Amino acid sequence: MSKVSTEAPVAKIGAQSHEVRSENVTPLQVLSPEGEVVNPERMPKLSDDQLKEIMYRMVFTRTWDDRAVNLGRQGRLGFYAPVSGQEATMVGSEYALTKEDFICPGYRDMPQLVWHGLPLYQAFLYSRGHQHGGQIPEGVNVLMPQIIIGAQILHATGIAMGFKLKGEKRVAITYTGDGGSSEGDFYEGMNFAGSFNLPVVYFVQNNGYAITTPFAKQTAAQSIAHKALAAGIRGLQIDGMDVLAVISAVQEAAEIGRNGGGATLIEALTYRFRPHSMADDASKYRTKEEEQEWSLKDPLVRFGKFLEKKGLWTEEDTARVKEEAKNAVNEHIKKAEQTEKMTVAGLIDSMFETTPAHLEEQKADFQ
Amino acid sequence: MAQMNMKEAIRDAMRVELKRDPNVILFGEDVGKVGGVFRATEGLQGEFGETRVFDTPLAESAIGGLAVGLGTQGFRPIAEIQFVGFIYEALDQMFVQAARMRFRSGGRYHAPIVFRTPFGGGVKAAELHTDSLEGLAIQTPGIKVVIPSNPYDAKGLMISAIRDNDPVFFMEHLNLYHAFRDEVPEGEYTVPIGKAKVVREGKDITILTYGLMVHTSLKAAEELEKNGISAEVIDLRTLLPLDIDTIVASIQKTNRAIVVQEAQKTSGAAAEIIAQINEKAILHLEAPVLRCAGPDTVYPFAQIEDAWLPSIARIVKTANQVLQF
Repeated sequence: MSKVSTEAPVAKIGAQSHEVRSENVTPLQVLSPEGEVVNPERMPKLSDDQLKEIMYRMVFTRTWDDRAVNLGRQGRLGFYAPVSGQEATMVGSEYALTKEDFICPGYRDMPQLVWHGLPLYQAFLYSRGHQHGGQIPEGVNVLMPQIIIGAQILHATGIAMGFKLKGEKRVAITYTGDGGSSEGDFYEGMNFAGSFNLPVVYFVQNNGYAITTPFAKQTAAQSIAHKALAAGIRGLQIDGMDVLAVISAVQEAAEIGRNGGGATLIEALTYRFRPHSMADDASKYRTKEEEQEWSLKDPLVRFGKFLEKKGLWTEEDTARVKEEAKNAVNEHIKKAEQTEKMTVAGLIDSMFETTPAHLEEQKADFQ
Repeated sequence: MAQMNMKEAIRDAMRVELKRDPNVILFGEDVGKVGGVFRATEGLQGEFGETRVFDTPLAESAIGGLAVGLGTQGFRPIAEIQFVGFIYEALDQMFVQAARMRFRSGGRYHAPIVFRTPFGGGVKAAELHTDSLEGLAIQTPGIKVVIPSNPYDAKGLMISAIRDNDPVFFMEHLNLYHAFRDEVPEGEYTVPIGKAKVVREGKDITILTYGLMVHTSLKAAEELEKNGISAEVIDLRTLLPLDIDTIVASIQKTNRAIVVQEAQKTSGAAAEIIAQINEKAILHLEAPVLRCAGPDTVYPFAQIEDAWLPSIARIVKTANQVLQF
């Protein structure tokens, strides 16, 4: 990531007679790892308050992740996919949207849902296996986290088609990882979006590993961004540890989508500092050296340096936000724990709009 | 009243609903300009425009996923899967994503989708065009399964399916598309999902069936009549929810039953129907309920499909086994 692109890093294709060839792509960066602006043209227009808000959300998310891992160990959360390291892609991409834009997440993408409006206790309920976790409040434009890798890519495509058919200036964004980019649904979704010219952003958080399988074994393509070329949509590669690069790329892609310019695939190079899930042991497939190397690119450190230089952030601010986040997590996990348990009867009644007779009968066995 | 075959009746149902509700949209492979490989949607794009009726790229999973996404935004998609065997490519979107949407979101979202597909044997079609995959669907919680046997029911059931707020797997038997014409009312009317119909009254044995096999069973009933056996034939019309009340009422009268299906014998609709009969009507039975079905092989190549499918003779034989128990 040493070479810095000053132009929009759109993947390009070049034909040499009958042979199709693609050119290499360099990831978009706005901030260097030292927090210096290296690409002022791509600097998103953000007020000081907005910049501070972004940092607030990243620190909050990191603290929430730390606490969630502990809550998982204590058995107070169920399935949980850690997010540390990916705060720039998660917080930044959501921040670049409007509340009317629609998010179709993968299972790790809880921060985007919460920052888009899902109450935190519902995120905890989802993890605890409670149906209310997926009962998205009215006006919060998200779907529930998706478990089938790739299925959400098609939902976002359909939702984007809905916006287009209704003439609404909104965009759908969907998230997957480097592993998800190998799914058939990934290609089908992008191809449909290209064919119908839909306002959708396919955001791939390439964190280098699909659970344990390294990116090198995932594809022989030069990059995931290049895969946009086959679908005839825009493809970008960005530095996913740089929150300003993320915001710049997503704002641009969303704007293009809303204005009828079609879909964009964004590949963000990032890293999850923690294992895939609480049941995973990353030391079995990653080296300490590699983890160390990526920790130097910590998105919070990089953006923090930038803000400190501008006099917008101090260590005290970080400490304050951490405290706030801890309190919020405590409050919301309690609320989740105090939420009335689901019942089998309630489950049965959620299968159809009107519960059919055979299910009514089965319900009687559980009352 | 107009004379329509089943294909025309299904088309008319879609036309009525496209006209009535601007949120109804129809898409799939080749459904637009030419109106589908069977012309079931012929003329609809011309009448309603390319934003309401359109061709998609060739990818069944994406057709299903598009429908699920659109369904969350207030649309009522009719998604055509060109042939039944192609649903395997779309199973996640049909049987997981659409079928679980209401449950996963605690009712916040739902999937008001009709997945249409032609199926059924006897037309010498290519491999994977004719399989009877309704058994997979009835084991899937959250999706309804409708299989009409005639033009009148097909139109009324299709209108019900389009108006239903849950996903419906609507299976259209290839051999019934052009088989015969019926009086079909113009405009809108519904046939309720989940209600079977007694299509022939009898007192000695009940034949439970659906789709093309309704007609084969009616012919078998005529054969049985020649030997003094009075067979009642029930067209199930919907496999999920199953109208067990109509089935039980019939068995209380006849005390004997068989189930006829084109699908392979093991598991599937017939096995489920028999299980429910055991739960609800065992004391009314004079004999076990037997199945007349395809053998547990893959659906055969065209050359032997007539021998493979349940025939009038095999239905009569199965009925006699029950009658002589």
